[in-house]
Amino acid sequence: MNVTIKTLGLATAVMLAASPVMAQEKLKIGLLLTLSGPSAILGQHARDGFQLAVKDLGGKLGGRDVEVIVVDDELKPDVAVTKVKGLLERDKVDFVVGPIFSNVAVAAHKPIVDSKTFYISVNAGPSNLAGKSCNPYFFATSYQNDQNHEVLGKVAQDRGYKKVYLLAPNYQAGKDALAGFKRHYKGEIVEESYVPLNTLDFQSELAKIASMQPDAIFTFMPGGMGVNLVKQYRAAGLADRIPFLSAFTVDETNLPAQQDAAIGMLSGSNWAPNLDTPQNKKFVAAYEAAYNTVPASYAMHAYDAALLIDSALKATGGKTEDKDALRAAIQKAEFTSLRGDFKFGANGFPIQDFYLVKAAKRPDGKLETEVVEKVFDDYADAYAKECTPTN
Amino acid sequence: MTATFFAIQALNGLQFGLILFLIAAGLTLVFGVMDFINLAHGVQYMVGAYLVAAFSAWTGSFGWGLILALPTALAFGLLLEILIFRHLYDRDHLDQVLATFGVILFLNQGVKFVWGAAPLSVPVPEILSGSVVIMDGLLYPVYRIAIIAAGLLVAALLYVVVSHTRVGMLVRAGASNAPMVSALGVNIRRLFMIVFGFGAMLAGFAGAMVAPILSVQPGMGDNILILAFVVIVIGGIGSIRGAFLAALLIGLVDTLGRSFAPNLLRLVLDPSAASQTGRALAPMLIYIFMAAVLFFRPSGLFPAKR
Repeated sequence: MNVTIKTLGLATAVMLAASPVMAQEKLKIGLLLTLSGPSAILGQHARDGFQLAVKDLGGKLGGRDVEVIVVDDELKPDVAVTKVKGLLERDKVDFVVGPIFSNVAVAAHKPIVDSKTFYISVNAGPSNLAGKSCNPYFFATSYQNDQNHEVLGKVAQDRGYKKVYLLAPNYQAGKDALAGFKRHYKGEIVEESYVPLNTLDFQSELAKIASMQPDAIFTFMPGGMGVNLVKQYRAAGLADRIPFLSAFTVDETNLPAQQDAAIGMLSGSNWAPNLDTPQNKKFVAAYEAAYNTVPASYAMHAYDAALLIDSALKATGGKTEDKDALRAAIQKAEFTSLRGDFKFGANGFPIQDFYLVKAAKRPDGKLETEVVEKVFDDYADAYAKECTPTN
Repeated sequence: MTATFFAIQALNGLQFGLILFLIAAGLTLVFGVMDFINLAHGVQYMVGAYLVAAFSAWTGSFGWGLILALPTALAFGLLLEILIFRHLYDRDHLDQVLATFGVILFLNQGVKFVWGAAPLSVPVPEILSGSVVIMDGLLYPVYRIAIIAAGLLVAALLYVVVSHTRVGMLVRAGASNAPMVSALGVNIRRLFMIVFGFGAMLAGFAGAMVAPILSVQPGMGDNILILAFVVIVIGGIGSIRGAFLAALLIGLVDTLGRSFAPNLLRLVLDPSAASQTGRALAPMLIYIFMAAVLFFRPSGLFPAKR
C-alpha cells in the first residue's frame, strides 16, 4: 500500500516536472486569405505555400507544434473583420498571416494590431501601412504594392521608350499601379486608360493601342482580366510589335490559362520560380510535387512567412508572451529567404532585390516566369521614410 | 482617329451587342412570358462556357464540344426549372429574386468545386483561328467575325420562330396575356418549360461562343447579367425585337462611348480634363442612356403589345 502511494507520488512528481513541456500549447496561426470568388486562386497559392513550409519544418515552428486555422475573407473587408475577430477572440491565435488584397489588409489591420497580435502580410502592402500608419505589429514578407510597378517604370525608362500607353482597371489598386509606374518613368504617356473592374473584352482598347502606336504598353490586370488581355493582345498581332510590360498580370496563377500567348511578355517581381538558390529549387520542386502546379510569388511569400515565424520563435525559445522580444526576433529575419537577400526595413517591409521577369515555357511544357535581369538591388519602398517607428 | 478606327470600334460594339442579345433574348422571354425574375440567367451563361470547356477538352474539338454543350445546357436549364424555378412562379418577385440569387451562389461555388477556381481556357477552333488585317498593324480575329455571324443567325432564327410559327405565336400570346392563353386550353406550364429551356440554351450558347476569347471562370455571368437586364428594360420586357435592337444599341454606345467620349470632350475642355471626364463618363453612358429611355418611354423602346 505504502509502496503504491510512494509510486503514485513519484509518478505525479514526474508528471508535474514534465508538465511545463507538455503544457506548452500548440502555436496557433490564423491564415486570412481570399479563398472564394474569381481571385481564390491567389489565396490558394498562399495557403498551400504556408502549409508546405509547416510540413517541411516537420509540423513545428520554432520547436512548437502548430495549428493552422484557415479562414476565407471572401475579398470583403467586413467579412474579414468578423473572421479576424473570431481568430483573435475565440481561437486566440498567436499570429495572423495574410491577406492577399489591400482593402482587406487595411480593414483587418486595426483589430489585429490593437490586440497586440503579430500580423504578417503575404501579399498586400498598401502605402499607408508602409508609411504614416506603419505599426510595430505589422510585417510584410511580400513588398510594398508600388514596387513591382516601379520595376517596369524603370525598365521603360532605361530602354528609352518614348511613348507608353497605360491601361488599368478603374479602382484604387489600378490607380496606384500607374502611379508606381510613373515614379521612375519620365517619358510621354500617350494615354492613361481605365477600364471597369472585371472587364473581359479588350478589343476596343487594342484598336486604340494599334492606332496610337506607342513604344510599349504597361498594364496591371490581375486575375481573369489578365488572362483575357494577354490572349487578345497576342491574337491582335500586337505582342510582337509593341512590348507588353505588366505586373500581377502574367504570373503563375494566370499562366496556366494564358498558355503560349504570354510567352515573352515582361513583368516585374521580387522572385521567379527559376531563381537560382538551393532553397528555392527545393521549394519549387516540392510545391509542384504536392500541388501539381508551378508556385506563384504568393506561395513564396507565405512559405517565407512560415520560415520567419520559425526563426523568430527559435530565437525566443518558443515563447510568444514577451512581445518586444518576439518583435526584435522577427525584425532580425534570421532565415534564408527563398528569394535570397531579405531584411526588414524600419516599417516592417522587406528590403530586397527586384527583377525583370519574362514568361517562358520550360522543357516539361509548363509555363513560368524567368529572371531576365536584376533591376533594383536591396530596394526599400518609397513610403518607409514617412514611418516613424514608435512603441 | 480615322474612319477605319471608327469602323473597327463599331464592329466591336456589334459583336458585344450580339453576345448581349443572346443572353437577353432568353431573359426577356422568361421575364415577359412568365413574369419570373431569373437572376440565375447569368450563371446559365457561365455553365454554357464551362460545358464547352469540359466537352472540348474531352473530345479534343471545339465543334464537338459545342454540339454536346448545347443539349446539356438545355437539359440543365430544364433540370433547374423542374427542381427549383417551377415552385416559384406563383410567389412574388422578392421570393424569386432571393431564390434565384441563391442559385447563383450555389452554382458559382459548384463550378469551382468541380473545375477549380483558376480560369480555364478554351482553344479557338483551328478553322477559325486566323485573323484578318483590318487596320494598319491590327489583326482582327476571324473567330470574332464568326461570333457576329452566329449572333445574326440566331437573331434571324428567333425572328422566324417567334413571328411565323405556332409556338412563337403562343409565346407572344403568353407575353401579352398569360391567363387568357391558359383559358384557351393551352398548357401554359409546358409552354413556360419550353421557353425556359430555350432561354437557358441561348444563354449557354452565348457562354460557349465567348469561351475561346474570354476566360472561363466562376462568377463570369454576374456582370453580364446586369447588362442583360439593362437591355431588356430598354428594349421593352418580353420583346425579342426590342432585345435585339437594345442589345446592339448598348453594345455600340458602350464601345464607341469609351473610345470617343474623351475625344469629343476635347473639343470643349482642355486635354487632361477631357480625358479625365471622358474616363469617368464612359462607363456611365449606358446607364444614362437607360435613364433617358425610361424617362421618355417608360415601357421600353419596343414593348410587347399588351
